[in-house]
Amino acid sequence: MKYAYYPGCSLQESAQEFDVSVRAVMAALGVELIDIPDWTCCGASAAEPVSLLMNYALPARNLALAERDLAGLDVLAPCSACYLNLLKVNREVVGHKDLHARVNEALGTMDLNYRGSVGVRHILDILVNDIGLDAIKEKVVTDMGGMRVAPYYGCQILRPYEVFDDPRRPVTMDNVLAALGAKPQPWDLGNKCCGASLMVTHPEVAMHSVAAILEAAEGLDAVATVCPLCQMNLEAYQNDSAAGGHHVPILYLTQLMALAFGLEEVSVLLDKNMSMDGSMRAGIRSRAWRQEPPGEGDETLVRET
Amino acid sequence: MTREILAELRGELGACMQCGTCTASCPNGFAMDVTPRQMWRMVQFGMLDEILQSKTFWMCSSCYMCTLRCPRGLKLTRAMGALKRLARERGTWKIRKNSAFYDAFMENVEKYGRVQETSLMPGYFLKSRNPLLPLHYLPLGVRMMKVGKLHVPSGAQKGRLKALFAKVREMEEES
Repeated sequence: MKYAYYPGCSLQESAQEFDVSVRAVMAALGVELIDIPDWTCCGASAAEPVSLLMNYALPARNLALAERDLAGLDVLAPCSACYLNLLKVNREVVGHKDLHARVNEALGTMDLNYRGSVGVRHILDILVNDIGLDAIKEKVVTDMGGMRVAPYYGCQILRPYEVFDDPRRPVTMDNVLAALGAKPQPWDLGNKCCGASLMVTHPEVAMHSVAAILEAAEGLDAVATVCPLCQMNLEAYQNDSAAGGHHVPILYLTQLMALAFGLEEVSVLLDKNMSMDGSMRAGIRSRAWRQEPPGEGDETLVRET
Repeated sequence: MTREILAELRGELGACMQCGTCTASCPNGFAMDVTPRQMWRMVQFGMLDEILQSKTFWMCSSCYMCTLRCPRGLKLTRAMGALKRLARERGTWKIRKNSAFYDAFMENVEKYGRVQETSLMPGYFLKSRNPLLPLHYLPLGVRMMKVGKLHVPSGAQKGRLKALFAKVREMEEES
């Protein structure tokens, strides 16, 4: 199995632990990722408010590169905004004659042209539908032992395009977590907005969303995310009273997978997560949630010896 | 340009039947001065001045919940984006300031090809013209530095998108 890989800017910057764990987990699953050579920014959520044509041309450039240099491969884009922007080109540009011609006219300045043949895939889609839950289960060497994890899907991988999951009641991440031996927690906030870039432009508004999500997740062993902006918004303001003072580790799904697969710390990078102090990190490494109450634990020990 | 955006908006929103499902679905509706439903009516009526004065579309975080639920299947999140472009085009200096982050982001992309976070934020501070803004981010910056999340801007793709930006600007001026 082989994919064209589009890491996106965040994964080279503040979300390196996502990039590293995606690559490590995919390698462990026998999947080959080939970086799209010469890739550039997709415009994130900033292009649309500035220029509609740029909103299409920036992601289209990367698809054109993949089409030319990695023909026949689907693109894997781990970041939600990257995924949506790339997908948007296939849905809103390809097949719309005038717009398609305008986008290609713009790309023409770089001797590029996008015909529209590249599939855009999200990592959850690939994990569940291409690799399969059984293959994931097979790779688990350290069962997550009932770790209580809230699956946080965010918005842009579920909406507006219904591709691989039910946007109202998503289940794909729940299923992956269960395959790792974790216990996905049912909650209503898994597809609610984290505020996205509103956290920069109007933090006082976005903080309401973050506070509600953190409040619902408090007390759990972790929240699993698949988006660098969701991860940042949910972990960066946990010390802020406006976010309600709720604390819970916010981890990338792929970090949890790397832990379950028994990969080395250089593939997990728990030290990069700001939502965890030393004791939380130690707890996750030793899977503290598996520890039984002292009395019972002692008995087990006696029985074994 | 303004006429083009307005035409796009009125074409998309003409079928709005004012049910208000968008308003009920919006996570940021509480911070809006005009509800999304009212905003679509204002677009139908072409109330340009009132639209520009509103802060409603600046509160949109592009979560697409309204788009998912709209019984008419209208692309409402996209319409919020078009309203941001309209206000950026036609608004006063004070209104355009709402776009400071998006503008800083796009300038960063134009310069570096890939967004460089440690250069993006100072760019945003300058555009916001709010001298206290860097202080707001100081504690977070320190914590990010501690876990190694801040990096010196990479020049790997510097200038890679200059020609594309120039071309798109030229095409948009013609239309």
